[in-house]
Amino acid sequence: MTEPPDSHERIDWTAPQRLTRLRRRHRANRRMQWLGLGAILTAAGLLAVLVLSLLASGLPAFQQSYVTLSFDLKPALVNPQDMRRGKWRKIVRNALFAALPEVKDRRLKRKVFRIVSRAAPYNLRDYVMKHPELVGKTITHQVLLSDPFDQYVKGVIPAHIGAGAQQRFNPRLGGPEVLAAFEKLRRDGRISLRFNRNLFLNADSRLPEQAGLAGAIVGSFLMLLVTFIISFPAGIAAAVYLEEFAPKNRFTDFIEVNINNLAAVPSVVFGLLGLALFIGYAGLPRSTPLVGGMVLSLMTLPTIIIATRAALSAVPPSIREAALGIGASRYQTVLHHVLPVAMPGILTGAIIGMARALGETAPLLLIGMNAFIPDVSGMGISEPATALPTQIYSWADSPERGFVARTSAAILVLLGFLLAMNSTAIWLRQRYGRRTW
Amino acid sequence: MDEKTDKTAGAARTQAGGKRKKTAAKKPATGKKPAGAAKPKKKAKPRPRAKDIARLAPCGVGQPRRGLIDDLPGGCRDEDCKFVTRGVDVFYGEKQAIFNVSLNIPDRAVTALIGPSGCGKSTFLRCLNRMNDIIDICRVSGDIRMDGEDIYAGDIDPVLLRARVGMVFQKPNPFPKSIYENVAYGPRIHGLARHRDELDEIVETALRRAALWDEVKDRLKAPGTGLSGGQQQRLCIARAIATKPEVILMDEPASALDPIATARIEELIHELKENFCIVIVTHSMQQAARVSDRTAFFHLGKLIEEGPTEQVFTNPRETMTQDYITGRFG
Repeated sequence: MTEPPDSHERIDWTAPQRLTRLRRRHRANRRMQWLGLGAILTAAGLLAVLVLSLLASGLPAFQQSYVTLSFDLKPALVNPQDMRRGKWRKIVRNALFAALPEVKDRRLKRKVFRIVSRAAPYNLRDYVMKHPELVGKTITHQVLLSDPFDQYVKGVIPAHIGAGAQQRFNPRLGGPEVLAAFEKLRRDGRISLRFNRNLFLNADSRLPEQAGLAGAIVGSFLMLLVTFIISFPAGIAAAVYLEEFAPKNRFTDFIEVNINNLAAVPSVVFGLLGLALFIGYAGLPRSTPLVGGMVLSLMTLPTIIIATRAALSAVPPSIREAALGIGASRYQTVLHHVLPVAMPGILTGAIIGMARALGETAPLLLIGMNAFIPDVSGMGISEPATALPTQIYSWADSPERGFVARTSAAILVLLGFLLAMNSTAIWLRQRYGRRTW
Repeated sequence: MDEKTDKTAGAARTQAGGKRKKTAAKKPATGKKPAGAAKPKKKAKPRPRAKDIARLAPCGVGQPRRGLIDDLPGGCRDEDCKFVTRGVDVFYGEKQAIFNVSLNIPDRAVTALIGPSGCGKSTFLRCLNRMNDIIDICRVSGDIRMDGEDIYAGDIDPVLLRARVGMVFQKPNPFPKSIYENVAYGPRIHGLARHRDELDEIVETALRRAALWDEVKDRLKAPGTGLSGGQQQRLCIARAIATKPEVILMDEPASALDPIATARIEELIHELKENFCIVIVTHSMQQAARVSDRTAFFHLGKLIEEGPTEQVFTNPRETMTQDYITGRFG
């Protein structure tokens, strides 16, 4: 018969079975730590692979090669009365072959002229139109190289492809004579590689060397503006009503469940809804930031409502009691005390919602917000536009090497914007979130 | 006044016995009305002072629910009381928190509500300024009258009521704004000041009365949350009295404070009762004994005993009160 353990008997903490048990507990502890650390490292590694591959393919697009030539701006060719009708192609051609006097053959000349971008005459024209005092002078100016030579300068494409007996000249570069002419320009110090401002200042173009993200950035900005104007006040109002005023009954429960469901609806569905409702039924102009912003605010609303409700319910009840206790009405309590305290949380939620909207592609494709926008100046809320993710989508579809690099560069720019927005959200939370009551 | 003394019931009579004559003699002198108290009354009839009220008989205890307010015996007559409550029941959903409480609360005196945790004293306190209204599932029934006016009547606006019945909470809860804004907020939303100077004056008066002015006059723009716990609580009191209420409800105002801050708050309560009707919920029986004129003991949602503090603490009628006060349970 075993005695019941005496409650006053001392426990032997150093007994072997206790020590084994202790060691096992410590081992389990370490195992959990390693597991967590491993998970973090895996995630960080995958992220690093993504960013590194983007950097590897995208970094060349942040530089652009130019050729420096002397342009003779003869009034006969410039046509000072109406420079748009000037013979700019001829001016560029003359300048190029002044630098390459040994190229005589007409057919070769045509091939060698492809070293210079087809956008070069237009860029030169725009430059001279901005500085009309240059007409009649000979100026030294840098114009864009065409995409294959740009890629060649950056070392992205080689002069010869294939190996051994199969080796042949890279057809993109137009032949050995053309390359020889190019090398002469390089020897003369006319080829230079500079930071690619065009990537941020130019809108889209069919020529990769000319294409930039300005149109997409402006389009995304206009679209987010519309999204913010619609979803921020509406989201806060809805959340304040649900959190502070609505009676707790089946109807509000039903609304709550539906808002949470709405946040999980695939974005394509919102795109279709926008297409049918805003464009098909309401007749709003398609491809515009207006419609894009409206569709995205449908998507952002649930996020903002959920974040705002969380922020509101995190406001200590003592603040509400204090305000109500001195006779503030409910709306005064919310407006004067609860909302200001909850604002950092609300802004955090709103920014994260906006960041999601910025990266959204599918609904924009459905409402046609992937228009080809070669000029930023005509853009507006109700004009056709494109956005960053749809620009990435269009460029990723293009075969030119320049667009491959620019796609990665555009992704990097988009990631940069997202990072900036999310950092702002975190900063807001850190800066204003830690209050003491 | 004589009529009152005649009506006085047994327990209080024995308590007050010796000094009763003196009390009665003092009565006519009580006409003075401290400036800046509640809003002016129609009749300047002499009100019983705190000292006298303490001598009055208990009321309402154990009384069955009655239709008429006036037919209760007891010296704390309805017409002398700020609050008259009869048969108050409070429900949280299905659960009943307060059972048939009838209690008279005198003006210009401190009434302490004591009892073990969860006995409903805070709930009862919150009925007096309808703070329970903000809890969806809370339901109040019974008759609660302030100056003879049913505060749960349909035409009573709880927002105005709360301006007249201020409240100080357990944990100091200043707004995360400046000290000045904390005090000025009430007068501002109720439109009590026409211009800036007037508001400045109200703020200064309130802070002076809350014995905080000297400590904060140089930093009115500093955040109220940066003050010490005791100062924060006095700021909350200043905020409550800035709207010139008639009543101040205090829900364990010193339970989060150290003994020195507690002593200051108690001093302050002592000064404030000259002008306000104060109802204080407290866990500390010493505090109740120190600051209050009358004490009501609650247990499990029922009002067990009510009477002058001295009597409740030295000679309680109910054994349950005795047990609680001597520390046998609670």
